[in-house]
Amino acid sequence: MNMDTLLEVRNLRKAFSVTSGPLEGKKLRLQAVDGLSFTLAKGETLGVVGESGCGKSTAAKLLMRLFDADEGEALYQGVDLLKLSRRQLRPYRRKIQMVFQDPFSSLNPRMRVGNIIGEALIIHKLAPAGKIRSKVVDLLGTVGLSEEYYDRFPHEFSGGQRQRIGIARALAVQPELIIADEPVSALDVSIQAQIVNLLQDIQDEFGLTYIFISHDLSVIEHISDRVAVMYLGKIVETASSGDLYGRPHHPYTEALLNALPVPRPGATKNRRILTGEVPSPLAPPSGCHFHPRCPYVRDICRTESPLLEEKAAGHLAACHFSREVGRHRASLAKESRKT
Amino acid sequence: MNTLDMTQIASSGRAGLWGQIRNNHLALAGAGIVLLMFLFALLAPFTGKDPAAIDISQRLISPCLSYPLGTDDLGRDVFTRILYGARISLLVGFVSVGIATIIGVILGALAGFYGLWVDSIIMRFVDIMLCFPTFFLILAVIAFLEPSIWNIMIIIGLTGWMGVARLVRAEFLSLRERDFVYAAQALGAFDMRIIFRHILPNALSPVLVAATLGVAGAILTESALSFLGIGVQPPTPSWGNMLIVGKQTLGSAWWLSVFPGLAILLTVLGYNLLGEGIRDALDPRLNR
Repeated sequence: MNMDTLLEVRNLRKAFSVTSGPLEGKKLRLQAVDGLSFTLAKGETLGVVGESGCGKSTAAKLLMRLFDADEGEALYQGVDLLKLSRRQLRPYRRKIQMVFQDPFSSLNPRMRVGNIIGEALIIHKLAPAGKIRSKVVDLLGTVGLSEEYYDRFPHEFSGGQRQRIGIARALAVQPELIIADEPVSALDVSIQAQIVNLLQDIQDEFGLTYIFISHDLSVIEHISDRVAVMYLGKIVETASSGDLYGRPHHPYTEALLNALPVPRPGATKNRRILTGEVPSPLAPPSGCHFHPRCPYVRDICRTESPLLEEKAAGHLAACHFSREVGRHRASLAKESRKT
Repeated sequence: MNTLDMTQIASSGRAGLWGQIRNNHLALAGAGIVLLMFLFALLAPFTGKDPAAIDISQRLISPCLSYPLGTDDLGRDVFTRILYGARISLLVGFVSVGIATIIGVILGALAGFYGLWVDSIIMRFVDIMLCFPTFFLILAVIAFLEPSIWNIMIIIGLTGWMGVARLVRAEFLSLRERDFVYAAQALGAFDMRIIFRHILPNALSPVLVAATLGVAGAILTESALSFLGIGVQPPTPSWGNMLIVGKQTLGSAWWLSVFPGLAILLTVLGYNLLGEGIRDALDPRLNR
């Protein structure tokens, strides 16, 4: 294993059982995370993109051990987090923290801001009782909030401020890895940039590693070193941010990139826009899960599920016809450079 | 816009409980009655009469200036006895509801938080308890124990916790999937901290409503038991056992049954109105 590897996830799986209706009682399996594998190097930011319902948040909660995985390994510096007992897990709770999507539900409405952040210090005995307040005030300062907010309740804050409080809570235990589950999706666009910048600043300051989950490709491109694209519980493509945005090797990635607004009149003309709905994860399509929506679909796609393979240096994709993908886009890019 | 709305709702929810009750005339009346009963209980010694002082020469006097609500068959002042009876009723109401609430909150919290077999066992136990006709269960138990006021309170408490347990369980089921609970788990907080610091404080609003309504029920049960002679024992005055005498003299001395009966009616009404007022105030769907 590479020395720089912080986290290596292998074949992570999780299914939920869903009852079809209140009276029928038929049990269905919803495969939320379906064989997820990736590695994460120390200090990098891995961006995870995908449509809603593709298993991004479930994967995050599996890694945080908030849900129990059905299968798979998550090696954190060689230790499998998924096999640890609660007691053994405790030291790792300090190393891995999470920032949540909805700043309105991620803070306890009955607790004061100071206690919300200070609780992390109490749980891990990181400060004597007398020092907690000054430490929390430091943390508030780090995320750009002033001391006067210490005794306020969460409902007195805006979404952006609440997200800052959530970040301060995660930082309180001095983590190495922060899993940010759609941290800016619930915020206004103007606030999103502030929070993304804040996350980048504290990454530089504390040498953090990020898993940054989002459905917003522009945000992901801005913050990520490497990007993983998820579709129905699987990673379909992963590469460095520059490679992936420059020449996608999976038709789904290509379609997502084409859906990005381009600030150029008439740019929509040659774009291939994704049609159809995300298939229900209760009854995923045979073969390649993407085939019903894929413009490159051939017979083999309907029967054989492609493996995630290296298509170029450091660029993995799960598609039988990855060589055909992205040419279209590359030519578009050339065209736009000309004009 | 969205942010603004949320903050406004949240702040009105916090400062607003009293504000909303104040605008609800029925709830306000309920609160007034409840307050009045507390005052009665507190001021009972100031009538200057002993609720147990027997004076055969003064028996069955109809309401007049010196005996505002008349006297009973042993010459005791009915007004004084009703005031002292208020103490009993409030004591029974609060202690038994306290017992029921504590049991219900603990069992409901365990069932809702841990789920799986813990939930199954506790909720089946709730179902079993709900199958017993409570009043007859109390009668049967009292037959074995001596009918003291403390036994009454304990029995009413032990048979009244199931509704609270169900409410608390339902709240826990929804709250344990909220992000702030996940955040506490991600920080490595122990279960007890999560249950008592994070979930329970957010689950207490419906419990407050149930407890207020429960006080009314407990007072009613105590009155019924005392009326049947197995509740609060004479000479301790209780509204229920005062009615026994009233029943015997209903034709000749109406005041012996009307006034204790009115006291029960008003108190129960007061708690019910207050409880429903609190429920309306806490229900965001009814926010006008």
